[in-house]
Amino acid sequence: MLQIPCPWCGTRDETEFHFGGESHVERPGIDVSDAEWADYLFNRENPKGLHYERWCHIYGCSQWFNVVRDTVTHEIHAVYKMGVAKPDITITDRD
Amino acid sequence: MKGYSIFSLVRNALSGHRLWKQVWRTPELKKSYDVVIIGAGGHGLATAYYLASKQGVRNIAVLEKGYIGGGNTGRNTQVTRSNYYWPQSAAFFDHSLKLYENLSHVLNFNVMLSQRGVLTLAHSHHELESLRRWANAIRINGIDSELLTPAQVKKLAPLINLDARFPVHGGFIQHRGGISRHDAVAWSYARAASALGVDIVQQCEVTDFDIANGTVTGVKTTKGNVAAGRVSIAVAGHTSVLAAKAGFRVPITSMGLQAMVSEPIKPCLDTMVLSPVIHMYVSQSDRGEIVLGGGVDIYTSYAQRGGIPVMEDNVAALLELFPAFSRLRLMRQWSGIVDITPDTTPIMGKTPVQNLYISGGWGTGGYKAIPAGGDTMAHTIATGEVHPLIAEFGLERFESGALIDEGAASGVSH
Repeated sequence: MLQIPCPWCGTRDETEFHFGGESHVERPGIDVSDAEWADYLFNRENPKGLHYERWCHIYGCSQWFNVVRDTVTHEIHAVYKMGVAKPDITITDRD
Repeated sequence: MKGYSIFSLVRNALSGHRLWKQVWRTPELKKSYDVVIIGAGGHGLATAYYLASKQGVRNIAVLEKGYIGGGNTGRNTQVTRSNYYWPQSAAFFDHSLKLYENLSHVLNFNVMLSQRGVLTLAHSHHELESLRRWANAIRINGIDSELLTPAQVKKLAPLINLDARFPVHGGFIQHRGGISRHDAVAWSYARAASALGVDIVQQCEVTDFDIANGTVTGVKTTKGNVAAGRVSIAVAGHTSVLAAKAGFRVPITSMGLQAMVSEPIKPCLDTMVLSPVIHMYVSQSDRGEIVLGGGVDIYTSYAQRGGIPVMEDNVAALLELFPAFSRLRLMRQWSGIVDITPDTTPIMGKTPVQNLYISGGWGTGGYKAIPAGGDTMAHTIATGEVHPLIAEFGLERFESGALIDEGAASGVSH
């Protein structure tokens, strides 16, 4: 069970949240090529390690926010609000 | 390869089982191969076997970072079926089921295929209507399926509770579907491929690719560099990681899918039952364990362990349908990392890198596809022409928009 610190409500169980996938995906302009549009629609960063992702506190305040989580240990390294730039984080304590 | 038979069994029994030969070779990694396959799971091993047996390519290595069949091949719930909606999927998965039906004979290794039927339940009038459409589409695809009334469901699985919170309104069954033994599938392909000269090198992780002018020329491994004419990726949940090293992106997210087994009990469930709405599937293994699974964990993961909330959901769903199983204790629980695509159809064929091939995006249903995946990839790698059965499963479909939406066919939604 993940314990997720909602920026508005504090730490709650993962069952209160909805996972929204990769964050910071930017919608390209309308004049892009099919390849760029497909890349935006379907391709996702799927790292083994730090993942910048969106969560929604769906059974709480219903607010979306960003999380930096390690996809191997599931450890949450940072939580920050929508619209805030990606924090620069490196994993140092994992073997 | 020493054939297995009733006579070899008797001979080895009489000699105290001390004289069984090693099942496959343990070769040293050579400097160069015509084909290097990354991943000694079912798909990688089957590809190597069909390359050697059908396509006449013999200088092949299968590189495995762990051990044979130790990833998703050894972590699934052993279900084989071909009850798919779209004709492209139906043709491919039924080819696979037909190969499964003859696999023990062809590979001289008992994969314990038991065609006990795969029963999909409906829990409302409307769901039954959509199951009817699904079952009819399957029949039009030339594959067996039969609609069942609640009474027929009860007859097939007497322990089922038809009057649960979501009562059973009926279902449909593919009689040719069933289960087989997953380790045996990996081992049988490994043994047959090894006998044909394929080098299966375990504990050998591919760390990078050698790519010159957009063409792959070899791989870097933890046991040294290997030159290769062609390279194929068959690594399930780690497909994105290797694709990134080769310099291209794939529409895949890696999620943890868990399964679990109870303590073994006497035979009480001789069909495979799955419920898309209550969200679980269950069968009884030959050892007597109740094998169950459900949806994926809700977040991306490479951890190979499942979270407690989903495990609890899976068990609750099982007990809703089979209250009698509440007396059982869970014996083991595990998780595999599944590579899920947006349309739940695999990604097979060529990549943006010349001579680099891919068989991934199997998501939650790769086990049933092992024989056909191996057969069609072997053809594609050997000839350089994508096999007709997988022509529409290529990466380019995401750009053209020709997706094959099989979201419903994964049994339970993920």
